[in-house]
Amino acid sequence: MSTTHPPAQSTPARPTSRSRPVPRSGRIGHGSFGYVFFAPFLVVFVIGIAAPLGYAAYLSFFQDRLVGGNVFVGFDNYTRALGDELFRAGLWRVTLFLLVQVPVMLALALLAALAIDSGRLRWPALFRIGIFVPYAVPAVVASLMWGYLYGDRFGLIRQIGDALHVDVPRLLSESWMLASIGNVVTWEFVGYNMLILYAALRTVPQELYEAAEVDGAGELRKAWSIKLPALRPALALATVFSIIGTFQLFNEPNVMQSLAPDVISTSYTPNMYAFNLAFNGQQFNYSAAVAVVLGGVTAVVAYAVQARSMRKEQSL
Amino acid sequence: MGLMLLYALLPLVWLLLSSTKDSNSLSTSFGLWFGHGFHLFDNVWNVLTYDDGIYLRWFANTLLYAVVGAGGAAFISTAAGYALAKYRFRGRNVLAAVVLGAIAIPGTALAVPTYLLFSKIGVIDTPWAVLLPSLVSPFGVYLMRVYAIGAVPDSMLEAARIDGSGEIRTFFTISLRLLAPGFVTVLLFSLVATWNNYFLPLIVLSDPQWFPLTVGLNQWNALATGAAGSGATTTGFYPLVVTGSVLAIIPLVVAFLFLQRFWQSGLAAGSVKE
Repeated sequence: MSTTHPPAQSTPARPTSRSRPVPRSGRIGHGSFGYVFFAPFLVVFVIGIAAPLGYAAYLSFFQDRLVGGNVFVGFDNYTRALGDELFRAGLWRVTLFLLVQVPVMLALALLAALAIDSGRLRWPALFRIGIFVPYAVPAVVASLMWGYLYGDRFGLIRQIGDALHVDVPRLLSESWMLASIGNVVTWEFVGYNMLILYAALRTVPQELYEAAEVDGAGELRKAWSIKLPALRPALALATVFSIIGTFQLFNEPNVMQSLAPDVISTSYTPNMYAFNLAFNGQQFNYSAAVAVVLGGVTAVVAYAVQARSMRKEQSL
Repeated sequence: MGLMLLYALLPLVWLLLSSTKDSNSLSTSFGLWFGHGFHLFDNVWNVLTYDDGIYLRWFANTLLYAVVGAGGAAFISTAAGYALAKYRFRGRNVLAAVVLGAIAIPGTALAVPTYLLFSKIGVIDTPWAVLLPSLVSPFGVYLMRVYAIGAVPDSMLEAARIDGSGEIRTFFTISLRLLAPGFVTVLLFSLVATWNNYFLPLIVLSDPQWFPLTVGLNQWNALATGAAGSGATTTGFYPLVVTGSVLAIIPLVVAFLFLQRFWQSGLAAGSVKE
């Protein structure tokens, strides 16, 4: 291999992509191997994503009627979903969650990433790994664990409150439940987001800091003027992923339902609603419509946030 | 920062300590210290033997879903990312855009549609219903594409061609080795996703024999709190849930600690190129 000369690679590759019609003898044939390597993914993509989505969209246009069986109903399921109080209440709940939990979590992650990157911490690796560990804990285990911690039976939080003579609110009650779930989600993902931000910080060229130091910039000034702008794309990415995750909230409330069945209804979040409609209510068509609307809302909001952050990027 | 570390780790310390308690001292002793008696081994024994060792069965299922699902996903993603990075073929840009778009579709959004489709074609309540969807990792494809652009030089592929090596042989003998660090990263993240998977198995499986740990543990919890419908709460289940949770966490935490180098570099690659 070492005997081949580098110039051989660059020149002939070009024309194949531009004026591709007739592959010139032998040389170009390998382009189609792209299909071979991509094919397995295409197969599982169709089975795992495209077909379910397509089928759900298809189902959402039908209704099972006592008379007439399965009939095409156009957008009936959609108009029903949009007017559905339970669905709207769930959607409102996750929106509220989104407005509070996501900023808090990302702020904490940002703080942690900046602190670790500042070089002022002793044992930065300990912090990095320690804060990340919860990410490896399954959501089910995290929710069960926090559910117990919140609870009356052997809740640690209550014990600590009693020891300090502080009145701890009932964390599994209706007024606190959303915050309690928010805490579980924050606990699970703050370390993950911290790592994404930290990884982005590591790519800032060292010379920038050195130049800033020469100009007399302190740690805070460097964070504000160099690090935060450098973090913008990673922060936007983390925000979009968090938004998507929030709209799809399911695992945590579903698990905690058994700890507080009176508080968490079967339509607590839109995803739980879709699940219960299909699974316990056998309303497949309507459930499909709810799932599609939810997916649409998620996509629109995520896209809007991304577009906004990109526009900001360009205006800089 | 110290507070954040405490926040992250204290609940886990509580969980570990709680796994050494019997159901009585679980509710009477202070959460952040040992109770009377050290019951860890009793608890583990109970977890492993309850209901003819159903926990071990769940553990094996989880292992199967994670190893086959994540291994398959990592391999399929690597090949696809490699294709997008190293081959020029018609439709490549469209496919790359589809992959990017699919990243934004979370697994939970697909669970209900998958259930609807799979019950129609009759693969519901089989391991396939969990395995097939977990083989798809658009994020893995994206990551491997970024990684392959940098890790596999075009000149090397050309050289292999000139030496008469077929494309597929080149992939398996040379490229795959160069792609190994990216592969491990994707493997790890798919491993977390499949090991922690709850919604999909919950909805597509009804036979406890095929449950993964997450669904099984939640079922035990439902028994403990009495939400399972039997009415009576069976507090004896709490140590089972707590100890079973500890055992379920250990493999992933260990995997992450030992493979740190890989996931950290992989995250960097994923976040920077956006």
